[in-house]
Amino acid sequence: MSDLKITGLHKYYGSFHAVKGIDLEVPSGEFTVLVGPSGCGKSTLLRTIAGLEEASEGTVEIGNKDVTWARPGDRDIAMVFQNYALYPYMNVFENIAFGLRARKFPSAEIDKRVANAAEMLGIGPLLKRLPRELSGGQRQRVAIGRAIVRDARLFLFDEPLSNLDAQLRDDMRVEIKRLHQELGRTMIYVTHDQIEAMTLADRIVLLRDGRIEQLGSPLDLFERPANLFVASFLGSPKMNFIPATLSGNIATLSDGTKLLLAGKREGKAKQAVILGIRPQHIALSGKRVATGHAQVKVTVELVQPTGSRVQVAFPLGGKSIVAELESRGVSKPGEKISIDIDMARAIAIDPQTEKVI
Amino acid sequence: MKNLPFHRRKDVRLALRYLVACLLVVIFVFPVYWLFIISFKTPDEIFAFPPVWYPKSIQFSNYFVLFKDGDAKTVLNSLILATVSTFFAMILGTIAAYSLVRFKTGGENLAVWIISQRMMPPVAIVFPVFLLYVYFGWVDTFFGLILLYTAFNLPYVIWMMRGYIEDIPLELEESALVDGCSRWAVLWKVVMPMARSGLFATAVFTFVFAWNEFLFALVLTRTEVATYTVQVTHYFGGQSNFWAKIAAMSVLGTIPVFIAVATMQRYLVRGISMGAVKG
Repeated sequence: MSDLKITGLHKYYGSFHAVKGIDLEVPSGEFTVLVGPSGCGKSTLLRTIAGLEEASEGTVEIGNKDVTWARPGDRDIAMVFQNYALYPYMNVFENIAFGLRARKFPSAEIDKRVANAAEMLGIGPLLKRLPRELSGGQRQRVAIGRAIVRDARLFLFDEPLSNLDAQLRDDMRVEIKRLHQELGRTMIYVTHDQIEAMTLADRIVLLRDGRIEQLGSPLDLFERPANLFVASFLGSPKMNFIPATLSGNIATLSDGTKLLLAGKREGKAKQAVILGIRPQHIALSGKRVATGHAQVKVTVELVQPTGSRVQVAFPLGGKSIVAELESRGVSKPGEKISIDIDMARAIAIDPQTEKVI
Repeated sequence: MKNLPFHRRKDVRLALRYLVACLLVVIFVFPVYWLFIISFKTPDEIFAFPPVWYPKSIQFSNYFVLFKDGDAKTVLNSLILATVSTFFAMILGTIAAYSLVRFKTGGENLAVWIISQRMMPPVAIVFPVFLLYVYFGWVDTFFGLILLYTAFNLPYVIWMMRGYIEDIPLELEESALVDGCSRWAVLWKVVMPMARSGLFATAVFTFVFAWNEFLFALVLTRTEVATYTVQVTHYFGGQSNFWAKIAAMSVLGTIPVFIAVATMQRYLVRGISMGAVKG
């Protein structure tokens, strides 16, 4: 069963076309992350699901009920906002209870639910405090408490962690993931942070310019991007892109280096392509070359240690290529090293269509 | 410190500051004091020369006269007019301001047109209004003046509340909508409490405007709902002035405003400075 079904959704702001025909179905209990660069329409999409924006075209169904024109309060959703959206004149208890009071729950039920939510989020001792007496992380917990206390069918998160510092963001990310496992509810989460998307999502919806570029599990998108944009958006450090000429399975770089791509490829002889290689798929050469791997000698240009790993930059095929290598045995700038590229995981992109071949 | 010249010593400078401050307070408070004190004087003391700085005994007779003759009722009339018209102007104005801010009702121009109504000098419309009121039979009625004061204060309320409502984070309202509140509930449970300081500050000003209003009251009232501002003018005669009555009536007329401002002072300062930052 699906908790959310969006069909042919468009959103215009005057002449600006923000959402351009989105079709999306979210199965019950799934954690879906809408991700994309700013201005891609992810927040607009979420707000249209919430009913805070009207759809210009298309339909939104929540729990098999058409809610395209329903008020936000009639959609059986709960939402967590970026700026917490806590009422400064109410204490934590009243903030969490607000939605229940608006729906006229009996007060015994309110007490029980607020206590449960507070316990789940570890904010029990804060119930009497005002929002201004809380830290950023605590405020975000209260904001999440406001949502989970409602026990809605659909939980919406609009960049809930972007106001927190890095450490707190990591902690809260774990918290949200745990919450999803405990509650088993359908959650839709908007972020521009690809790490958040990769770590939280059961399924990622990657958007650009109001359209879905690709939709799938985080690993799917990481390993099998559909096009240049998806390949470049996900992954840190970013995927390396090297112009090459492809004939059959052999890609020739501008400096004459030949790399053998995995799989069977047919098509025109001598096709210009962009070769995509993730920094994580490059290693220092061992004694043997594994099947589907290529060995290349390069000269180290730049070394950036990140702790457990080290990022090494070197020129290859007329581009500066980054590889993420193990810290041990790494070299200094100027040193010649032999690297091993996992060509089975490399991709070839058509420069015209920007699609993966 | 000891080496400093006398006029640069810290304690001396502080004392000087206090001295100047006290002097200013005396200058500004003296007229108010004089008004109060006259209202408690006997006629002889009022006209005595050299002046009587403080009366030997506090006389309430000036006030008794006002209550006995029914003049004090005009203060009650003013109170009713100002309170009720402020109440309606605040409610209608806040709703209108919310609509302007959140639904962009009428675009940017409507808001400017509304405030431009406030710029109009009352004298420009007092006679058409008078003729209209005569036609409808609203002259010298509470309804007529409350309607007029409400209408006249609305632009100010809308303009002020618009600024305060613009400062409320949209997410607070959206969160309430998602939680199941209607727009009216959002207005009541989120906008009103969030704009509380501005609401009170605006209400005080609106009340004071209505309280001090003179021209419409002069033209549109006779005996039934005459306000205290009109009543005071009756005591200034061509031949002689009724100083005792003027003073007593002025004191009566000052008290409600004094109470309103004193109780709302906390919100007033915050509300005004909020508006000031908005510009």
